[in-house]
Amino acid sequence: MIVAGKGGVGKTTVSATLAYVAARAGLRTLIVEVEGKSGLPELFGRNEALSYEETVLLAEGEAGRGAAELRARTLTPDDALVEYLESHGLRRVSKRLSSTGTLDVVATAIPGIKDILVLGKVKQLEVLSASGAEGAPEFIVVDAPAAGHAVSFLASAYGLLDAAPVGPIRAQAIEVTSLLGDPARCQVMLVTIPEETPVNEAVDTAFHLEDRAGVKLAPIVVNAVWPHLDLVMDGSEGSVRAAAEFRSQRQALQEEQIARLASMLPLPQVILPFLFTTELGRGDLEVLAESFAPQLAAAEGR
Amino acid sequence: MSSLEQLVLERRVIICAGPGGVGKTTTAAAIALHAARLGRRSCVVTIDPAKRLADALGLKELTNEASPVEGVGGGGLWALMLDTKSTFDEVVIRNAGSEEQARAILDNRLYRNISGALGGTQEYMAMEKLYELYQSGRFDLVVVDTPPTRHALEFLDAPGRLLRFLNNRIFRLLMMPTRASLRAVGVATQMLLRTVSKVVGGAMVSDAVAFFTAFEGMEQGFRDRAAKVEQLLSDERTAFVVVSSPRRDATTEAVYFADRLRESAGSVEAIVVNRMFPSFGPVPEGLSGPLAENLEQLDRVAGREERYVEELARRLPGAPVVRVPFLAGDIHDLHGLDEIARWMFP
Repeated sequence: MIVAGKGGVGKTTVSATLAYVAARAGLRTLIVEVEGKSGLPELFGRNEALSYEETVLLAEGEAGRGAAELRARTLTPDDALVEYLESHGLRRVSKRLSSTGTLDVVATAIPGIKDILVLGKVKQLEVLSASGAEGAPEFIVVDAPAAGHAVSFLASAYGLLDAAPVGPIRAQAIEVTSLLGDPARCQVMLVTIPEETPVNEAVDTAFHLEDRAGVKLAPIVVNAVWPHLDLVMDGSEGSVRAAAEFRSQRQALQEEQIARLASMLPLPQVILPFLFTTELGRGDLEVLAESFAPQLAAAEGR
Repeated sequence: MSSLEQLVLERRVIICAGPGGVGKTTTAAAIALHAARLGRRSCVVTIDPAKRLADALGLKELTNEASPVEGVGGGGLWALMLDTKSTFDEVVIRNAGSEEQARAILDNRLYRNISGALGGTQEYMAMEKLYELYQSGRFDLVVVDTPPTRHALEFLDAPGRLLRFLNNRIFRLLMMPTRASLRAVGVATQMLLRTVSKVVGGAMVSDAVAFFTAFEGMEQGFRDRAAKVEQLLSDERTAFVVVSSPRRDATTEAVYFADRLRESAGSVEAIVVNRMFPSFGPVPEGLSGPLAENLEQLDRVAGREERYVEELARRLPGAPVVRVPFLAGDIHDLHGLDEIARWMFP
């Protein structure tokens, strides 16, 4: 599952929640972080940064009885490129290529080459997963780049096929398109928040992704929705009344944006609550998972 | 400590920097509008604004020409939406020794990809445009919105990154025409390039060679210009304003940016924190039910946000902090920008 959305909408939180729900349901889960920087470990109450090697965020059984292990790793384009070169017997030149800036020239000459390498590696992980190899993940969550970029990221394979380069890169692009085009193997989960611009951008991204990347969209997640309070303002005054008015107005605005999203985009929605805590941690992840799991099950059942 | 109002009155250039999604473009537009209302001829350079904000400024498409915004009055407000590609084309044409040289570059496939794919191009072109507008003498104040990079400070490094790219050593060596120099290129480099063409195709390598050949002799022009832009950025008539939101990731990034800025171009002279939640105070004694729950939740959010902003102010002494509340909807028109300006310039 590829999780995408514009910056600041809580993509990483949603990726973590989804992975948590999957692990709790007994699936060995791996989160892949492609931008090399996120607050993911903190959500699981850990401090050490992620690396190219898989890190265990939740041990088997830690998220409850029958829960599987949850791991995470980074997969930046540079990592993917170096690994690609090494796997093609070019270990020695890879360092020199990057130190001379030649890689920059190559990456510029062929836009999308870095994206295809990342997706190629994701595909490799997915194939490993499908083969049921010992210890391989059963469910993979990819925390994708921010929205505008997500379209070019996912469309990179088609772009490269059009540009018709030679050999190994083309072969990789073909394999990636077959992964993206198969809803049984891969889907994209968009994340947005109930505000005007983010909703518009999510709708644009959704149509672009379907048109240009040929992917199947999973239910869309509307994150950070203020839980509805029934506020009866009769008799209240001063700050109590002002606060109630403010809250009612926000609630109405959010509900309006959620309705607008539903009318513009025919996808089931999963609503996640805004949490009033300081920094999200493990406990908050459980709260989000409690809300997420039944909604996802209902959406999938439709 | 000079106030934001003073900066708007006295400076020639204001650069709005900050992480993506914090309302940078809106802030830049509100600053420029306020300057116009105060009688200055002001111009705002926007990069990828949300559609409704672009509409509010009368911007229909990417342009390289500053066009007047109707109905502002005062000194007048102009706006433009940066077109990276055609700005780059202009730079190439200006620096090329001949029409043929310019054409050879503009038609090159590698060049055509640079504007879209090379990190730093957009930032470099934003600075290029800024310099041009500043130089033209048409405006008293130019306000620039910086591109939405993951790290706000990437744009400080952008000119250097582009220059390094244009100056790529391996491809320079390749351009030497004689057999003798081919030996000078060395076995290792030749092997490297053979490897590159094996993986990505020979056409790409020949495009690259053609590009760097065509570019020969132009990099001095780029370098001179980059030096002038750098000078303008550190000039005392230029002010940096950091735009942030009251969240830990955004404020951490703002502090990081300010630290880096101090090492190079100067210092942050004002901080604008957008989208702050209002504070309604603690829950009165004896109140319970949803009304109390609401006050308690709002108080918790406001208290947390205030702590982040205070921390930000403490870490950036000397820069006044301006708080702009969370507004109900997007900015659709000049009235919306005026409303924001009222909060920024009380």
